[in-house]
Amino acid sequence: MSGPPTPSETGFDTALYERFPTKGRRPKGELDQLEAIWCAPRRWEWITVINNNYVGVYYVGAAMLFFVLAGVLALLMRTQLALPMQGVLAQETYNQIFTMHGTVMMFLFAVPAVEALGVLLLPQMLGARDLPFPRLSAYAFWAYLIGGLAFFCSLFFGLAPNGGWFMYPPLTSTTYSPGINADFWLLGIGFIEISAIAGAIEIIVGVLKTRAPGMTLDKLPVFAWAMLVFAGMIIIAFPSVILATTLLELERALGWPFFDAARGGDPMLWQHLFWFFGHPEVYIIFLPAAGAMSTIVPAVARTPLVGHWLVVLAFLATGFISFGVWAHHMFTTGLPGVSVGMFSAASMAVSLPAGVQVFAWIATVASGRMKFNAPGLFVLGSLLIFVMGGLTGVMAAMVPFDWQAHDTYFIVAHLHYVLIGGMVFPLFAAIYYWTPMVSARPLSERLGRWTFWLMFAGMHLAFLPMHLTGLMGMPRRVYTYAAGRDWEWPNLISSIGAFVFAAGVLIWLIDMIRNFRPFGSSEAGNVYDGGGLEWLPAGLYSTRSIPVVTSLYPLWDQKNLARDVTAGRYFLPGAPTGGRETLVTSPVNAEPQHLLRMPVPSGWHVWAAVFTAGFFLLLTVQAYAASVLSGALAILCVLRWCWFLDHPLPQQTVDVGAGIKLPTYASGPSSTGWWAMVVTLVVGGMVLAMSVFSYVFLWSRNPDAWRPPPGAWSLAFASGSVILAAVLAWLARRQVARPWLCTAMTLAAAGLLAMAFWVDLSSWRGTGLEPQTNAQGAIVYAILAWQGFFVAVAAIMALYVLLRRLYGYIGPNRPATIELTGLFLAYTAGQALVGLGVTRLFPGGLS
Amino acid sequence: MPTDAPPAHESLKGWPPPALDPAGPFAAPLNSLTWGLLAMTAAVLAIVVIALTLALFAPRAWRKRLGGERLVWIAGIAFPVVVLSALLIWGLSLTHHLSEPPRPGEMRIRVTGEMWWWRVGYLDASGAEAFQDANEIHIPAGRPVALELESTDVIHSLWIPRLNGKLDMIPGRRNILRIQADKPGEYGAQCAEFCGGPHALMALVVVAHAPADYEIWKARQAAPAVAAPAYDTGKAVFDRAGCGACHAIRGTDANGLAGPDLTHVGSRRTLGAGVLPNNQGTLAGWIGDSQAIKPGNRMPAYPVLTGKELRDASAYLESLK
Repeated sequence: MSGPPTPSETGFDTALYERFPTKGRRPKGELDQLEAIWCAPRRWEWITVINNNYVGVYYVGAAMLFFVLAGVLALLMRTQLALPMQGVLAQETYNQIFTMHGTVMMFLFAVPAVEALGVLLLPQMLGARDLPFPRLSAYAFWAYLIGGLAFFCSLFFGLAPNGGWFMYPPLTSTTYSPGINADFWLLGIGFIEISAIAGAIEIIVGVLKTRAPGMTLDKLPVFAWAMLVFAGMIIIAFPSVILATTLLELERALGWPFFDAARGGDPMLWQHLFWFFGHPEVYIIFLPAAGAMSTIVPAVARTPLVGHWLVVLAFLATGFISFGVWAHHMFTTGLPGVSVGMFSAASMAVSLPAGVQVFAWIATVASGRMKFNAPGLFVLGSLLIFVMGGLTGVMAAMVPFDWQAHDTYFIVAHLHYVLIGGMVFPLFAAIYYWTPMVSARPLSERLGRWTFWLMFAGMHLAFLPMHLTGLMGMPRRVYTYAAGRDWEWPNLISSIGAFVFAAGVLIWLIDMIRNFRPFGSSEAGNVYDGGGLEWLPAGLYSTRSIPVVTSLYPLWDQKNLARDVTAGRYFLPGAPTGGRETLVTSPVNAEPQHLLRMPVPSGWHVWAAVFTAGFFLLLTVQAYAASVLSGALAILCVLRWCWFLDHPLPQQTVDVGAGIKLPTYASGPSSTGWWAMVVTLVVGGMVLAMSVFSYVFLWSRNPDAWRPPPGAWSLAFASGSVILAAVLAWLARRQVARPWLCTAMTLAAAGLLAMAFWVDLSSWRGTGLEPQTNAQGAIVYAILAWQGFFVAVAAIMALYVLLRRLYGYIGPNRPATIELTGLFLAYTAGQALVGLGVTRLFPGGLS
Repeated sequence: MPTDAPPAHESLKGWPPPALDPAGPFAAPLNSLTWGLLAMTAAVLAIVVIALTLALFAPRAWRKRLGGERLVWIAGIAFPVVVLSALLIWGLSLTHHLSEPPRPGEMRIRVTGEMWWWRVGYLDASGAEAFQDANEIHIPAGRPVALELESTDVIHSLWIPRLNGKLDMIPGRRNILRIQADKPGEYGAQCAEFCGGPHALMALVVVAHAPADYEIWKARQAAPAVAAPAYDTGKAVFDRAGCGACHAIRGTDANGLAGPDLTHVGSRRTLGAGVLPNNQGTLAGWIGDSQAIKPGNRMPAYPVLTGKELRDASAYLESLK
């Protein structure tokens, strides 16, 4: 240990760390037990695996599948545009293909790919046996894969969305898009939202709660920092697109006029909601890739990252500023000058943290000695391409220039430079760099060089001319162009470049087929000499024992670490409870808090994923009864999977190594479940906040059309009920010693919430305001619907508590179920109060 | 579609790049800004490339000096703050006239984006529409004109790169775009916001006249259509085929509002919103099967019309100068 001892966060005595590495041999059979416990299911049961070593690889693989599929769409487009007035693709086909290219690349490739990288790498980097909710990430993966493939297949039936990946209404309203194509987009994105948020919860809790002891925040690997900010941004940004897609689907299916100007709605509301998600989305994609860059650059230059803290601060600054730049996609919509200036300034400011990272990488390269291996080449290529994209980004942030460049091929060039330089090249660097961690053989250096140079050359050949094409007047999203507009040459060159790029990807695929051998008994190991814990020798149980971390680059700085870890001389060398388990540590100082018993493979999350995807897809094809059935089955599967959670073990504490005893059960803020619930509720709160924004926005567009709210008695009655519900829910957890009482209190709280909701709903109906009437009706009933959704979930949770009580599963030794249900109910009550306040007190007050 | 389709209208050419070839006082500062930004981009890129090259290949002593946090502070923070602040001030100084409402006495033209053409209404001093035209905006040279941008269906965006940047046409809103051409001439424009189906084929031509010529043009356009008796058969075809249900020809019974006003269709430069040059042959082709020329457009094909009927009808329309 270096430096003065920091005060303990949890009461854990960090002097106990000195007991490691322990001396002496571990008992015979301990390792065999560990292997038996963590062994993967055999034969067809592979589908039920939840271990991140498997799910992570599946996940990355699926993301790369969508990368290739969307890439093929790009080649089709470039073929059509290679010459003027070609008929390779019909107009409607082209419009579907460009929409799908953007949508698949953003939603089915980029976000899942970086999330997958997190699922695959984080447990190893953090020294955990697995992520805290392995079944949740497996569920997220299956929902994404099944839903994503079905969504992609809509192309083959001519039913793919055709309104562009940002789906602006009114073009996407039923008037102008009567087919179910747009519904495919809106509902198809539904399960991507679910899986992204599930993954984000997993990552936040994983990074904060399952680090190796001693891995204080100042020793947290830079990639984990990036993933933490990434996950936080998903939690803040995705609710906005959840709301936007819900509102547009409500408008399409039920005629609620949120975006219909003729009935008091405003198409600009969509743009605000979409880009409040859509721009942070770009940084959501970029940050993990930047984290990977900041990990790989030091490894290939064999020196610590220069300016580690500046880079971490840059992540945080990026996350923060990115929520203030969304309107730069709307500079040509006629926004008022003040907001244009603000968003322009913020958009330029967001390039500062990017500059910090670029120069931190350059400084790191200078302070070490760069090796020009495959990951090294991709890192350097990424740096150059990303800088070029960033510079054209600064250009586009200048409002008057954007008036010219917006919606032209200049922007197409800019966004591909940023995304390919900022995400695709780092991802390829990551794939080359970390493949030896999961595969018996590393990828080929020789093929890797070919891949790099073809992709690098193809990238510039394809996208550099597009800057000019844009200034030459070519708008984006055109399925063809007339001859004689001088656009022939740049387009032809771009098309050739696209195929050169694709040739690079093809060589990479060949390399993967020849050399990628995961799930074997051995891995190629640390061929690039990285310094992170992920390079410790590992099996499916992750590392044999969980080390005490004293450095940012433990493998470089902690002598004999690999040997001692493998010999079981650190934490958790065996399986003291006889099942899958990992250490839960405190969020700041990573002090051991308790042992988390982890789930084993089962089919329930797979079925839940199948039925979740089924729910959305059946809804899209308007098979409503089947859809509801599928949804109900999904809920049953999830409940079934929860049923085996919250069971205390016979041993209340166990020895986790060197005589250190930790409890095997936890509730409250030290438990992972509590953190997950809180993060989930933040998602709910963000949707609510965006609904409130939508309410105020729509009101400000049409204040005269607003009708007075229902009478004050209903407001008083509903508010009184929800406050009482919140009090009951909050007090229930103090009464776990009396199982029936706390169960009854929970049920009563849910009942009060339902009653308040009913009173609120019927009093609005009593005013004659219907959701179809005008924008006020639409947004009021939308806020009610969101509350209704929470009330329904609260009711299901309360009944679940009752059922567990009947089985005797509610009691003082297992407070978690009551506690988490109480949190949810209390939040639902708070949400009801906000909804009531906004729809009735703003504007106009009680009338 | 045949690749030997007739070439685009001269004003729609891409070289020299119209965004870098300003023809009026609203586009000129955007052009200077663009060049300024391109210079900045080139300079910063050069700095990065030099720094990276030194970091990779320079002698050890040089690399040691580069390889510290100082580089991040200077090149990654201090330098961009200075450059970006300067740029921001420059950029904002060009945006001050944003969304100013039309001034009294200012010439106003209402341009409405339609799927997939442009309805152009010329407003008199009181703001009422004097007459309507389509797919061409005529302005007097040397004078600012306020375009009132509207849409009744989906979002479109009007972009006349040589005269100003683009501005969206949004249902339920009205945006004001000011343009001015210093010299008489023709300036190409295009819809920039994806508006469905044949969005790619939605162009427009701005024609700037010498002020005196503009008055002559305006007087002629404001007048109702006059067709010589020789075109009576063509007019009969037009009436019989029901064209008047969608198109108006002022001075006749045709008063449809869904499609472009055809009162002076013969005087236009292009057909189908910039898709074809306008002459009797292309008119006949367009009437017979516009779906083959601009797939997805709102005008049905008329396979029932015989070759002679097409010739007569197109001759009639072509005569409406």
